Amino acid sequence: MREVVIRVENLVKRFGNFVANDHLNFEVYEGEIFGFLGANGAGKTTALRILSGLSSPTSGNVMVAGFDAKRQGEKIKRNIGYMCQRFSLYNDLTVRENITLYGGIYGMSSGLIKQRIDELLRQLEFEEYADRLIGGLPLGLKQKLAFSVAIFHEPKIVFLDEPTGGVDPIARRQFWEEIYAAAARGITVFVTTHYMDEAEYCDRVCIMDQGRIVAIGTPTALKQKYGASSIEDLFVGIARPNAQKE
Amino acid sequence: MRRLLGFITKEFIHIFRDLRTLIVLFGIPVTQILLFGYVITMEINDSSIAILDLSKDEVSLNLSDRLCSSGFFRQKENLNGYDDIERVLRSGKVKAVVVFGEGFGCDLITRGKASMSIIADGTEPNYATLVCNYITAIVNDFSREQNEVETGTVFLLQPEVRMFFNPELKDQFMFVPGVMAYVLIIICALMTSITITREKEFGTMEALLVSPLRAGHIIVGKVVPYMVLSFVTLVVILWVSWLVFELPIRGSLGLLIGISMLYILLGLSLGIFISTISKNMQQAIFISLMSLLLPTIILSGFIFPVENMPKAYDVASYLVPSKYYLIAIKNIMIKGLGIGYVWKETLAMCFMSAIFILLSIKNFKERLQ
Amino acid sequence: MADKVVIRAEDVGKHFGKLHALRGINLEVNRGEIFGLIGPDGAGKTTLFRLITTLLTPDSGSLTVLGLDVVTQYRELRRQIGYMPGRFSLYHDLTVEENLNFYATVFGTTVKENYTLIADIYSHIEPFRRRPAGKLSGGMKQKLALSCALIHRPALLVLDEPTTGVDAVSRVEFWELLRGLREHGITTVVSTPYMDEAMRCDRVALIQSGQLLSIDTPTAIMEGFTGKLYSVRAEENYSLIMALRANPHVHTAHPFGSSVHVTFNTEGYHATLPQYLHEKGIENVTIEPISPGIEDRFLELMEREP
Repeated sequence: MREVVIRVENLVKRFGNFVANDHLNFEVYEGEIFGFLGANGAGKTTALRILSGLSSPTSGNVMVAGFDAKRQGEKIKRNIGYMCQRFSLYNDLTVRENITLYGGIYGMSSGLIKQRIDELLRQLEFEEYADRLIGGLPLGLKQKLAFSVAIFHEPKIVFLDEPTGGVDPIARRQFWEEIYAAAARGITVFVTTHYMDEAEYCDRVCIMDQGRIVAIGTPTALKQKYGASSIEDLFVGIARPNAQKE
Repeated sequence: MRRLLGFITKEFIHIFRDLRTLIVLFGIPVTQILLFGYVITMEINDSSIAILDLSKDEVSLNLSDRLCSSGFFRQKENLNGYDDIERVLRSGKVKAVVVFGEGFGCDLITRGKASMSIIADGTEPNYATLVCNYITAIVNDFSREQNEVETGTVFLLQPEVRMFFNPELKDQFMFVPGVMAYVLIIICALMTSITITREKEFGTMEALLVSPLRAGHIIVGKVVPYMVLSFVTLVVILWVSWLVFELPIRGSLGLLIGISMLYILLGLSLGIFISTISKNMQQAIFISLMSLLLPTIILSGFIFPVENMPKAYDVASYLVPSKYYLIAIKNIMIKGLGIGYVWKETLAMCFMSAIFILLSIKNFKERLQ
Repeated sequence: MADKVVIRAEDVGKHFGKLHALRGINLEVNRGEIFGLIGPDGAGKTTLFRLITTLLTPDSGSLTVLGLDVVTQYRELRRQIGYMPGRFSLYHDLTVEENLNFYATVFGTTVKENYTLIADIYSHIEPFRRRPAGKLSGGMKQKLALSCALIHRPALLVLDEPTTGVDAVSRVEFWELLRGLREHGITTVVSTPYMDEAMRCDRVALIQSGQLLSIDTPTAIMEGFTGKLYSVRAEENYSLIMALRANPHVHTAHPFGSSVHVTFNTEGYHATLPQYLHEKGIENVTIEPISPGIEDRFLELMEREP
């Protein structure tokens, strides 16, 4: 049995009368690629904020990387990586400056940062771009780099909030290969997305709709269970009857 | 025409649905007027002055009465000779001394001029200037009335301190034209430049460009609503000034409004011009404020007399639209002059508006890039 | 207007400074078809659409739309095009109804006059007609923007990434609505970064780095795939990909969700692949031949580019 790195029990988050997260229960294991799916407004972002220590739950237990999300938000932040919608890199800094800045924020020593930057650039075959401004790089490269930066301090868990979309098929695959490589090193990858085809790349997915979890399991198992040919079909089948109500 | 009306309707909806726009349009001008108004009027009430009347004739006594019954000044003491002046000022009980020279009334009637001076306590320069301005204004009023009966009254004035305000146009209501000049141009230029760049930023401009709307439609559609609202702002400023500070408008109200509308048009066309050279709202705001705020305050003559500045400033001030407006409305509101005295300024503003409108039409592209 | 070709581009090029946004674009779009432009962000889709909608002018080549030249006859053309830019171009502070009325007035028509055309689409959002557009969900914004683009009964509808940022349910509905519009004789050109949406178009053009890679029906594009394609599955994707890439007999290996799509340099090697993977310590391997999808073909075409 693999180690549980995220444990969520009866998580509820309310904003006034609005229930953004309604009794969520799930576990995520070490080295797993966990997809968190749902339409805009399904409650993904709210849950993600709680898991990454940015907001605290109304009720329920949430443990992330061994810390309680209610009381130890600061500790959680130090032990996770985060890559938000599009990129958290500065367009007017060079590749090297961006990584140095990021390492500094996480309190890494400058010697270690230097050594790791060289390793990273070699590994990504990025040496020629080291002193180029981020703004001028192609989308696919930016995305790969943003991910590498998010795991630069070797966190236990990395949260990817709507990471892809719009990149070409080759760049997209290269990006997923980076994710696979990180997972193979034992880093847990938690991805939120509303692009259902991204879900196919995950080890397990959890589908949210109107604040609740409606399905959870491996993509293959879920497709079999609901007799769908893709996660997209599955999602449309589950969410469509609800969407009409709004 | 129907297209244009539809466009204008849409603009009005934008404005009325956005509380912040309304606050900028009406709240800021009123606040500014009240702020400036109170800073100035609250201080000069019942100030103590002393009078040294070496003439003691009908005219000087009359003028002394006028000063003391104005409500701004209270006569603390009647002095007997020049030696007393330093004593009363030094005591700090008196802010200024008004001196009527010997044979004041007689000189005035026979020679058309007479000697009169104001000696103010310069330890508080702003206050001293204000006191001098007030006294001068009352004397001005007095001599104007006298002129209606007789002719040729000239007074001699010697303020010890010259810090603020243009010496020729000193008046307690100077601030109203000043606030109008800078508030109107900044609101007009800022609002129109923001509303156009917002469409660029939100991507709605793309849809408008692809539609059969012409550049002229879009420009006119943006100008008309703000013209109407600025007119309301103008009326509100005048109304508040009248209500709270009993601002007199000595000249024609129609002419004042006419020239103000021209100035508003100038501000709006400037705003549109700014929007054609800015990519987003941030740039538009930055350009509007940087190019208008300081020049308007410094170079228009609103606070500092441009005549006392280096030559370069004086030359630069001719490029500041508010300078012309300020001169024109001061002439109308305070001096009570007619179109004959403000036609040059009017022409200058017409010319500037025309230039900005032409530049905007030239710069406003019906395609992207 | 009897011309069957609605858009004709001949060797169209456009550059911004040093950047060549479009190079040598040749394409024809026929009356009444749904024509898809498929490619990643930055491939030049938006630039091409802005040329078609007369928002930009081409630097080289000729481009006629509805028989009109985009440079000289843009005013006439603008009356006949319905354009939905990537960001939906709605006024967020105006209600649903006000947005629609505004666009109707701008085009010199009324909502009533053309209601039949948009009825299918607008009926979805009509219950919220007094809601500000900014407070609508992505899917509803998209339907409102489409209604606004159609309100003047355009001959050509240009939709720039209408499904980006919209949830899967709304995407499916949206394509159904587009097919409904075909009945009204409206030609639609639509761009999307999603390969799977290509299948819903009559014809598609694949675009990458400002150049068209292929223009054909989706089926013909897939049939253009030259090799034999296999889907390989194992328990652990990453080690599987690494092992496949290390094998000289493997030509390409691309992850596709939980499987890897593989082509071989050596005919018949797929039979010996499980043995090789077993030696690498990879178990529970399944291999099956599959027919390529549009994304497989796109990858093949892209890799052929230098």
